[in-house]
Parts: sequence; structure tokens; C-alpha cells
Amino acid sequence: MVSEQPEERLVADVLVIGGGPAGAWAAWSAASHGARTVLADKGYLGTSGATAPGGTGFLYVEPDKEKREKAVADRLKSGGYLSEEPWIYRLMEQAYLNIQLVEQWGYRFPLDENGNLYKAHMQGPEYMELMRRVVKKAGVTILDQHPALELLTDEHGVGGARGVNRLSGKSWEVRAHSVILATGGCAFLSKGLGCNVQTGDGQLMAAELGVEMSGMEFSRQYATTAAFGTVTRNRVLGFASFYDEAGNVIHEGGPRQDHFFAVHLHKGPVYAMLTHGNTPEKQAIIRASTPLWFVPFDRAGIDPFTQKFPIKMRYEGTIRGTGGIRLVGDYCSTTVPGLFAAGDAASREKTAGARSGGGAYNASWAIASGTWSGKGAAEHALAHGKSADHRDLRPAGRYGLRHTAESAESIPVREVVKAVQNEMFPLGINYFRSEPIIAASLERLHKQWPLVRGGVGSSATARVQAREAAAMVVNARWMYSAALIRKETRGMHTMAEYPELDEAMSSRLLLSGIGDIRHRWEDVPRSYGSITPAVVVKERQSV
Amino acid sequence: MIELVSTDRCIGCNLCVKVCPTNVFDKTEAAPVIARQEDCQTCFICEAYCPVDALYVSPYSDEQVEVDEAALAEQGVLGSWRATLGWGPGRTKLAAIDQTPFINRILPARPVRAAGVSDVRSPATG
Repeated sequence: MVSEQPEERLVADVLVIGGGPAGAWAAWSAASHGARTVLADKGYLGTSGATAPGGTGFLYVEPDKEKREKAVADRLKSGGYLSEEPWIYRLMEQAYLNIQLVEQWGYRFPLDENGNLYKAHMQGPEYMELMRRVVKKAGVTILDQHPALELLTDEHGVGGARGVNRLSGKSWEVRAHSVILATGGCAFLSKGLGCNVQTGDGQLMAAELGVEMSGMEFSRQYATTAAFGTVTRNRVLGFASFYDEAGNVIHEGGPRQDHFFAVHLHKGPVYAMLTHGNTPEKQAIIRASTPLWFVPFDRAGIDPFTQKFPIKMRYEGTIRGTGGIRLVGDYCSTTVPGLFAAGDAASREKTAGARSGGGAYNASWAIASGTWSGKGAAEHALAHGKSADHRDLRPAGRYGLRHTAESAESIPVREVVKAVQNEMFPLGINYFRSEPIIAASLERLHKQWPLVRGGVGSSATARVQAREAAAMVVNARWMYSAALIRKETRGMHTMAEYPELDEAMSSRLLLSGIGDIRHRWEDVPRSYGSITPAVVVKERQSV
Repeated sequence: MIELVSTDRCIGCNLCVKVCPTNVFDKTEAAPVIARQEDCQTCFICEAYCPVDALYVSPYSDEQVEVDEAALAEQGVLGSWRATLGWGPGRTKLAAIDQTPFINRILPARPVRAAGVSDVRSPATG
């Protein structure tokens, strides 16, 4: 089938795909560096992504030599020595500078007990509503509800993207010399808070242009919620005691052992109660710091301070894992000219290594990588004499699209998604990784692959969901392929047969290919000579 | 999951159609309809944006439940998340009264985990 001619067409210098924090910072940065910028999001810039619904902590370290040196040392260690010192310093500095901008733009940070502004945490809805205004004011054209389906390319590299407007059903095309993929990680529609927009679309689009993935084995990440709900904020559970089905106490509060949730939930139901929130003062503080966490309980008629509630773990894939699109340049470029990646779509190994820890590292990475990629993309695009409209571009998508279907039979989207979830969600497969179990699971996942080469319906929903299904199958296959190749335990990746860290594997694992997946190892750069300076954009006015 | 678009309260601004990150609503001649409930990710953000408190997201993410609009209104549930966020005229923004600086002091610190050490013992290996 010939690909359809798009009904909406725009030409720009930089196209940002994705409207979470990384996409917002990328679009602001690109526009601030003089590029005509379009941001296209699957959902809505302001509500999309894992940050928007709830509160988010930030890696926020004052420019104090000692504090920052300690933060870098902690990170190198916890990241399994796959991160790079200069990148961690740069991340801290960039996030620090940009959070001052957020304050100038009007975000009301609270005061701590010493009367100082506390800037290491933001409420997602307000942060992202503010970022939307900032992006608009910078002159960016925002296309909400415009999921991208495939990139455009020619012999010079990437040249834009095509997609569908989910509200009108019309196809769109944006031509641009630079494209920033800020589409997020991949959590396979697990319904972890705000995670369902992120289905690994950008990773598939990048791979179709030959870009490698890095660190896909670092994807063994779950978060705990009430069993009936979606709000993943583990911090509150620091106040909880835990019980088994019979009501026996299995943990009385305070720091938990590693694997605590997984070990016990793997055995059977686990219940929690916030027994350490035992004074009205403490309860008020907990509620006012993580108010969304309490919304499901209030609505379900459960008082979590005095009543037990069942918990479960929701998979967070590469949203809180660290694997993704391999970056090669200081400004988040990839191996394809004009193609950049930011946020959770990109591999975060340069700053986080093999473990991201909580959301704070990723939240600051979104700020920093967005800002860097925006600068890189603007400079790349503005170096071209002519507009991208003059290029002889062709669509690069190969899987899960109407024009690439190889059989008349429709892709059974729901069945494929369910089959992938059955391999990715169970703790017995993905959390307690062991060679035979992962290998058998990967075989089953490979069998799903031919199915996403089938036909696709004409509605916007059908087109988007078919493409998402293809992206999820390939992300799952990458994750388990990488897990089997890394025969050791490092950071968040574990393998039962190889329970120790293997010094010989202190390298990054790169995957290429979609149908056939190949791999190679890449040394972690160890030259600690110079640190690329942070990007400074002079802005004074509030928005 | 989203369970209610109150046709009594809705003013037809279609903001929920525009802001839903997973495209759950469809625009109609009158109030928007919940067209793809199974795609709702239970993130509650549509409620935050609705200017007339016409939406209700149930806490149950994986099962459909019956809701009683009159009871929800009477209990003050409709619009409660928007009110907590401090969105809407005359309200104090949640950010300004965020208690996170204090929760961090009453919570035990999370230890830094050494590479590949703390994750060694899984049930599979004993």
C-alpha cells in the first residue's frame, strides 16, 4: 500500500516528538536557540508523561564542591560504574540552573523549616502547566493529540515525521532538519501513574533509522501501589507496616530489605497500613506532600492510617529503568544526522548507569537532556541553508503501519498487548530473572513479532494502537535479549545464575536491529578531562 | 477509571477531550462522552482541568463501577482533586503549601546501594 498523503503539513527547523518534561524543555531550548520549533505530543503538553499527574523529586544539589563531589561518588557507585563523571556534574549544574528559571517563571516553591525555599520537589500538574506556558511563550507551535507514527528520512539523515491527529483522524506531516525524540520509556500499559502514554514508540522509530539501543537490560523496575489503584509513590510506604494474608506482621516499618515487596508479593497477598503516621501532625505532613496518593483511598473509603489495604507492584520498564536510545554527542545526538533523544526515551546510562533509583534522577535528566538536545537540534537545523521542505524525504516506518502491512489479516492488537504484558509484568519472569525463564519468555515474545506485520484499521485509534503494539513487542524483545547477554548482576539487572558483578562486563551493551537483534559492547569513556559547560539561556520575565 | 461526565454540570468546553493524555473522551454535540474507558490510566488529571467539576475518576483502575452522581456531589468528591491542587479562582496553589521538605525529615533515609551487591540474593538463588 502506498503511504497516504498527509492532510496537515508544517515545516520547521526542529520537531520535538513528546510533551512530557523532556519534550517541553527540548522545545523551549530549541526555540530559545533561534529555531522554528514544533512540538507534537500523543496526548497533551501539560498532562502527558509520568511527571504530570503527581509530585516529583529532583536531583538538586547546590553548587557546593563538596556536596557535588559526594553526589557524583554516590552515583558512580550506585550506577554500577557505567556512568560518566563529567556527565553527572553537567547534569547537576544544568538541573540546578533550570530550576532557578522555573522559580523565576513563577513556580511557588515551599519554604523549609529554616525559611529557605525547598526546590528539590515539584507538584507535577503545576510544573507541567507552567512548562506549557513557557513553551508557548518561546514561540513553539504545539500540536496536542498528534501522535507521531513514523520518521521521515533521506540520505542526509532524519527530516521530520508523520502521524495522525487523534481528534480529527487527519494525517499530519512536519518537515524539520532536526527531530528530538522525547517520547518516554516503555512500561507496556502497566497503568503505573502516568505511564500509559509511554509505549516505546520513539525507540522503534529510532531503530528503524538504524540507531542502536543501549542498556535495555536495565529495565527491571517496578513500583508499589494500592492493589486497586495506580498511584505509585513508594515514599509514603516508608511509614507502613506490612502483613500477610493471615494478618501476621511481616515488617514493622522503617527501611526495608532489598526485594522486600517482590519476595513477599511473589508468595502471596501483602497488606499495608501506615502505622508510623501515628500523630495528626505526621498525617497532615504526609497528606500535604503526596496528596494524590490519598485520593484513591479517600474515594474507596479506606483510611490507610488505621485500615489495612492490599498492595501490588506495577511495572515501570524503561521509564525508571535506564535503557533506551543510544546517545553519542554532548548534545544528545544519535548516530543519525539530525536525530536527537531526550528524557526516558534516551539511554540514561551516561548519568545514571545501571540504576536510576527514584524518580529524582530521571526528573533532572529530563530537564538537562531536554535543554541539551534543544541546543544541539537548533544548531544542526540552522546550519542548513534551505528549509527541510526541499528535501526528498520518504517515510521510514516499517512495522505496525497501514502502508507496511505484509498480510491482509489485521494485527490482533489486544491479544498482542496482553501476550507481551504476560511476559513483562510477572515478578517470576522479569523481577527474579534467570536464564531458562527469560530465554523461554523471549521465545514466546519472538512469536508475537510476525503478528505486528499484519493489517491496520483506518481509524486514528487503530493506527496509533497498532503502532504501539509493534513498539511494545520490539522493546520487550530488546529487554530480554539484553538481559540474556549480560551474564552478571549489576545495578538493577540481576540474573540468578550470575549473582555477582563481573568486572569484565563494565561496559555498555548495545543492541541493533528489529527483526534480527544483534549486539556489541561499548567501553564506558573514562577520560575525565573536561566538562561540557551547562547551557545558559538568559530569561528574566515571568510567564 | 473515568466513570462520570456530569451532563448537568458540563458546559461543553471540551477541555477534557483535549487534555486527556490517553484520548478517552469523544466530543459530541452536547457533553463529551467516555468513548474508550479501557484506555483510561486513572491519572486523575482530567478532573484537575475541568472548570466545573463535572468529572469523576473512580479509584479502581481495572474494574468498572457504578457511581451515584448525587452522592458524589453531596460528599464533596466532585472537584475535590482540583480543590486540593488549589486550581480555580481564589485558591492557594498546592505547590506553595507542599510539605515535602518536612516529610523527608521524618522518613528514614534510603541507603545508597552498591553496584550489583544489594541485589544479589533473589529467591531463585537462595
